[in-house]
Amino acid sequence: MLEFLFLLIIVGAGTGGELCVSRAMKVVGEVHDFRPAALVRFVFLAMRVGWMWLGIALMTLAFFSLLAMLSIENVSFVVPVTALSYAAGALGAMLLLHERISTQRWLGVLIVCLGVTLVWLSRR
Amino acid sequence: MKDSPGLHLKTNILILFIVLFAPLGNVLLSKGMKRIGSAKNWVPGDIFHILLKIVTSGYIWLGIACLLIFFVAYMLVLTWADYSYVQPASSFSYAAVALLGYFLLGEPVPPMRWMGILVICLGVFIVGNTHPRTTGKA
Repeated sequence: MLEFLFLLIIVGAGTGGELCVSRAMKVVGEVHDFRPAALVRFVFLAMRVGWMWLGIALMTLAFFSLLAMLSIENVSFVVPVTALSYAAGALGAMLLLHERISTQRWLGVLIVCLGVTLVWLSRR
Repeated sequence: MKDSPGLHLKTNILILFIVLFAPLGNVLLSKGMKRIGSAKNWVPGDIFHILLKIVTSGYIWLGIACLLIFFVAYMLVLTWADYSYVQPASSFSYAAVALLGYFLLGEPVPPMRWMGILVICLGVFIVGNTHPRTTGKA
């Protein structure tokens, strides 16, 4: 069940990392200027937020777990099963970022999870 | 920021970048890892040997470049759209990665996997027609 362990790390660390990055982006503020110099300045600003570094660390862990899983299974299996992060993402966004998740979105998340189950069952 | 067609256009263009570059990056990583192979026993020596192969693989670096483009687009869009909107919208890439895996890498994709991916897309359509901001006043 090595694949399952890698999947848990990809989903857990990946979602945690994205939530941290999202929190950091809200601290930096909305981008209005898309010129290269402004974008570089934006990246430097983002790098001064602690949440960004925690997010990057977690996403790095998720990345190497993804590489490990890709060395075992096909990409058409690995990437769709990581959609399990929908459930983790919706829960995390609601609990940590205090975003309001509508019933319609929860229904979508539930259907996505059903799809992930079908993809997992398609495994040899 | 006020709700405007410009906000939706800006959001959709960056989501297009996300949908294109994330699957391409993953396919390149997959190609690289299939060439490198998996660790036999997952002992530190084995893992170190594989890490060395990873950092010298052209496919891996190309994949990382694509994922960096994806990541920058993702960071930008998150400055105005909420995470719980961006994540579902960007998940069209799950279908794109299966198509690329099938056509570019020649991976066998069983019918049940296609069905699962279609169900994932259905979930995406349900959550996709909502406003980018979820934390505003009702």
